[in-house]
Amino acid sequence: MGVTGGAPFSVHVRSARVAFGGAPIFDRLDFSLTGGWWTCILGPSGVGKTTLMRLILGLEEPSGEISPVTCSDGAPLAGRAAYMAQQDLLLPWLSVLENVRLGSRLRGAARGREDSEERARALLESVGLATNANDRPATLSGGMRQRVALARTLMEDRPVVLMDEPFSALDAITRVKLQDLAARLLSQRTVLLVTHDPLEALRLGHRVHVMSGIPARFDDALEPEGAIPRSLNDTALLALQGELLSRLTEAAA
Amino acid sequence: MNVLRPVLILAGLITLWQAVVWATGWPPYILPGPAAAASAWIANTELIARHGALTLAEILLGLVAGVAFGGASAVVIAYFRPVRRWLLPVLVISQAIPVFALAPVLVLWLGYGIASKVAMASLIIFFPVAASFYDGLRRTESGWLDLADTMNASRWNTLRQVRIPAALPSLASGLRVAVAVAPIGAVVGEWVGSSAGLGHLMLHANARLQVDLMFAALATLALIALALYFAVDQALRRALPWIPETSFDSERGRS
Repeated sequence: MGVTGGAPFSVHVRSARVAFGGAPIFDRLDFSLTGGWWTCILGPSGVGKTTLMRLILGLEEPSGEISPVTCSDGAPLAGRAAYMAQQDLLLPWLSVLENVRLGSRLRGAARGREDSEERARALLESVGLATNANDRPATLSGGMRQRVALARTLMEDRPVVLMDEPFSALDAITRVKLQDLAARLLSQRTVLLVTHDPLEALRLGHRVHVMSGIPARFDDALEPEGAIPRSLNDTALLALQGELLSRLTEAAA
Repeated sequence: MNVLRPVLILAGLITLWQAVVWATGWPPYILPGPAAAASAWIANTELIARHGALTLAEILLGLVAGVAFGGASAVVIAYFRPVRRWLLPVLVISQAIPVFALAPVLVLWLGYGIASKVAMASLIIFFPVAASFYDGLRRTESGWLDLADTMNASRWNTLRQVRIPAALPSLASGLRVAVAVAPIGAVVGEWVGSSAGLGHLMLHANARLQVDLMFAALATLALIALALYFAVDQALRRALPWIPETSFDSERGRS
C-alpha cells in the first residue's frame, strides 16, 4: 500500500497549551512524530493523550492564536491526517462498502466513481472482509467492525494516521491479528498510536512515550529495536514491558 | 397468532360494548349496541363512505403538509444558528396557544371547505414532528462529527450524510405521534364549521337523535385512525431497517 504524495514528513507540536476551565491539561508541551515512524503514547487515563491527538487533528481549539502544529515540509497538516477511534464509528444505515467510501461521500465527490469503488473493495479484501461488502455493520462482530474502520482509514490514503486506542475493545487474539494487519497496511506512514497496552506499544512503536503529570509531560522515549510488528516471543520486548509498566505505575501514583 | 390478535382484541372490545349496554340498560337513543351501530352503518354505507373519504383526505393532506413543514423547520433551525436563536423560542411560544382555540379563526380565514381542516391537522402535527426531529438532529454521536471533520466534510454534507440520517429514528417517533393526533385536528375543524366530513356527520346525526348513525361514524373514524397508524408504523419499519430494536422480553420467551 504505497503512500501518495511524496516522502513522509514529520509533524511537530511546539509549546502547546490546552486548558479546560482554567486548569491546563498541558502547557508548553513539545512533541514530534517522525516521518514514516510509528510513535506510541502510553499514560494514565485523563492525562491528555486524546486531547493531544485531537489538537493535532484540529478538533481541539489551542489556547493560543496560532496552531502549535507544524509539518517539516512547511504545508499545514489539515487534510493530510486520517483518524481512527476506539469506537468503530461505522454509520449503521450504510453498508460496509459505503462506510469504507464514507470520505468521498462526505466530500461530495461524484458518486459511483469506478476507481474509488474498486479500491474500497481491494481494501476490504486486504482486511479479509471481501464477502461482507454489502452487509450492514450491525451484523458484524466487534473485530470485523474495527477492520472495516481500518479499511475506511486506509481509504482516505493520508500520509499521517492518528489512532486513539483502536484495538482496546477487542479480545487478545483479535487484537494481535489486527495489530499485525495495521502494521503491514500502514508501513511507510507516519502513525500516532495512543494506547493503554504497553505490549501493544512495544510491538508497534518505533518510539514509545509515557505521558504523565498535571500539566502533562513526556519522559525520555523508548526506542525498541527491530522491525514492526515485533514478535510476541521477543525476550527483549518482555524486559522492556517490565520497565514500561513500572514507569506507568510511577506516572499513575 | 399475530394476525389473529387484532381480530380478537376487536371482538373483545365489541363484546365489552355490548356488555355495557346490557348492564346499564340504557335506551338505544343514549347508548346503541354494536348491532344497532352495524345496521346503521350498513343502511348508510354510501353516506358514511362519502363523508369518511373527505375526512381521510383532510387527514392525509394535513399529514403531508405538517410533516413537510415540521421537518423542514427542524433542519433550518438546526443548520442556521441565527435562525435557531430567534425561531426556537417562537416555536415554543406557539405551543402555548391551544391549537383547538385556533379552529374558529382558521374557519374564518380559510372558509368552510377543506383548507381550514387541512390547516388544523397540519398545525397540530407540526410541533411533534419539528420538536422530535430537531432533537434528533442535535444528538448526533460526536465521534461521527469528529470523523466527518477529519474527512474535510462541509457543514452541509455533514448535515445531509450524517446528522439527518442519524435523526431519522427521532423523526419516525414524531411521525407516529403525528399520525395518532392528525384525525383530532381534522375532526375539530369539522365541528367548528363545515358541511361535510365525519365530524360534521356526527354533529348532524346527534342533532337529529340518530345516535346509531353517530356511533357508526365514530367507529369509522376509529378504523381510519387505526389503519393509518399501522400503515405508517409498518412503512417506517421497512424504510429504516437499521434501527436497532431491543425487545423488552427475552427472545426465547416471545410467542
